[in-house]
Amino acid sequence: MFRSSIEDIEIELFVHALKRRFGHDFSNYAPASLKRRVRLLARQFKCDHISDLASKVLHNPQLLPDVIAGLSVPVSEMFRDPPVFRALRDEVLPRLASYPEINIWQAGCAFGQEVYSLAILLKEAGLYERSHIYATDFNDVALARAQEGIFAARDAKLYSRNYQEGGGTRSLSDYYHARYEFIKMDESLKERITFANHNLVCDSVFCEAHLIICRNVLIYFNDELQDHVLKLFSDSLVRGGYLCIGNRENIQFSASATDFMAIDRQSRIYRRMPH
Amino acid sequence: MDSPRPTCIVIGASAGGIGALRILLSRMDPRLCAMIVIVSHTGSTDMRNFCDVLAEQSALPIEEACERTRPQPGHVYVAPSGYHLLFEPDGRFGFSVDSKIGFSRPSIDVLFESAAEAFGPTLAAIVLTGANSDGAAGLLRVRELGGLAIVQDPDDAEIDTMPRAALELAGADHCLDLRSMATLVNSLCGPRDESEDPLR
Repeated sequence: MFRSSIEDIEIELFVHALKRRFGHDFSNYAPASLKRRVRLLARQFKCDHISDLASKVLHNPQLLPDVIAGLSVPVSEMFRDPPVFRALRDEVLPRLASYPEINIWQAGCAFGQEVYSLAILLKEAGLYERSHIYATDFNDVALARAQEGIFAARDAKLYSRNYQEGGGTRSLSDYYHARYEFIKMDESLKERITFANHNLVCDSVFCEAHLIICRNVLIYFNDELQDHVLKLFSDSLVRGGYLCIGNRENIQFSASATDFMAIDRQSRIYRRMPH
Repeated sequence: MDSPRPTCIVIGASAGGIGALRILLSRMDPRLCAMIVIVSHTGSTDMRNFCDVLAEQSALPIEEACERTRPQPGHVYVAPSGYHLLFEPDGRFGFSVDSKIGFSRPSIDVLFESAAEAFGPTLAAIVLTGANSDGAAGLLRVRELGGLAIVQDPDDAEIDTMPRAALELAGADHCLDLRSMATLVNSLCGPRDESEDPLR
């Protein structure tokens, strides 16, 4: 028997344990990337086998936040894929301007780099004061970090370049304070952001959104869960509302994809069709 | 017993990789029965240009790998920039934006390890020129699960660090220059029945 098959059994047991004991369901995550993350987690917790990891978490529930954080490994940067932010700036925001109030949901906000990018876009479009941004994630450790809005100063150069390439008209440093090796985003960017725990796997519609941004989150889900979440997005969006996903994501295997019409294929920006 | 014919060939290339890939792909039999999947570290943010450059020399169709799709035999796929490319157990492509591994995303190790687990003994993995050690751990996994390991002869490589690292950690079934490597791949994965070969 391949060692990998034994490992597959252990991963199944681990996933089952998280579901039974804590209600966290990873069974519809894409297997290949989940496996890598579970392995890393086992190493981080100094477990020789993944079955040891399962036992450790079952008997030490205080470890759960770190386990969840390890299984979600949020990686992003401000204005990642600048052309996407340019498209949001030029194509989407001018159309949202016609609404008296604008609700935006960023699903899977991780450490918050994108939600602050979005806040900056809205400020520069003069729409921030009548916008409300819901930044959600199921990883409480990441949410707390996102709320702080503190990032490593070594990344500021990249963020600034992305901002300029994404059509930024000022200097990104206008929006943060640099202290030693950190930058802290301006408090005023947070005024219209609500950070909240929401799990795309099991939580339901909570707002009527005009724009949903969920980039590089669905890549971790299998077809079934991807479809489930696209349905959730469809139900959450106003008619004609916008959805922006990661620019290498593929939704062709989801039945709910027919609810969406691509308006920018390169940037993966869609509009919700009338039901 | 003969080892099974590879149905999938994964290739890792880094510094100097584009030249090596052009030579290798230009010599591939256009009737190849295996799929080829490439991770190449480049500074480029859009690998579609990279595909076009490779396609100039190759009779095989070359495209950027697309999330969730199933790669086809006789086609060449290149990992997009900024994403790890993985094989799901069902043989389809999966993507991730997990942390860089050894400063790289895509990482050769990530592709090789997931491909090893999806294909086992019907995988062949090739490590080409490069200035880091990505691919060594992945190649070891390929061998553990019965796949075939091919490494570019360090003396033939533009930068020998990556082939040497792979040989040191994983060893190889074949250590060859690019021309011999193309001949080997064609003999392993070419048309099944030699008598049907119209060139004979």
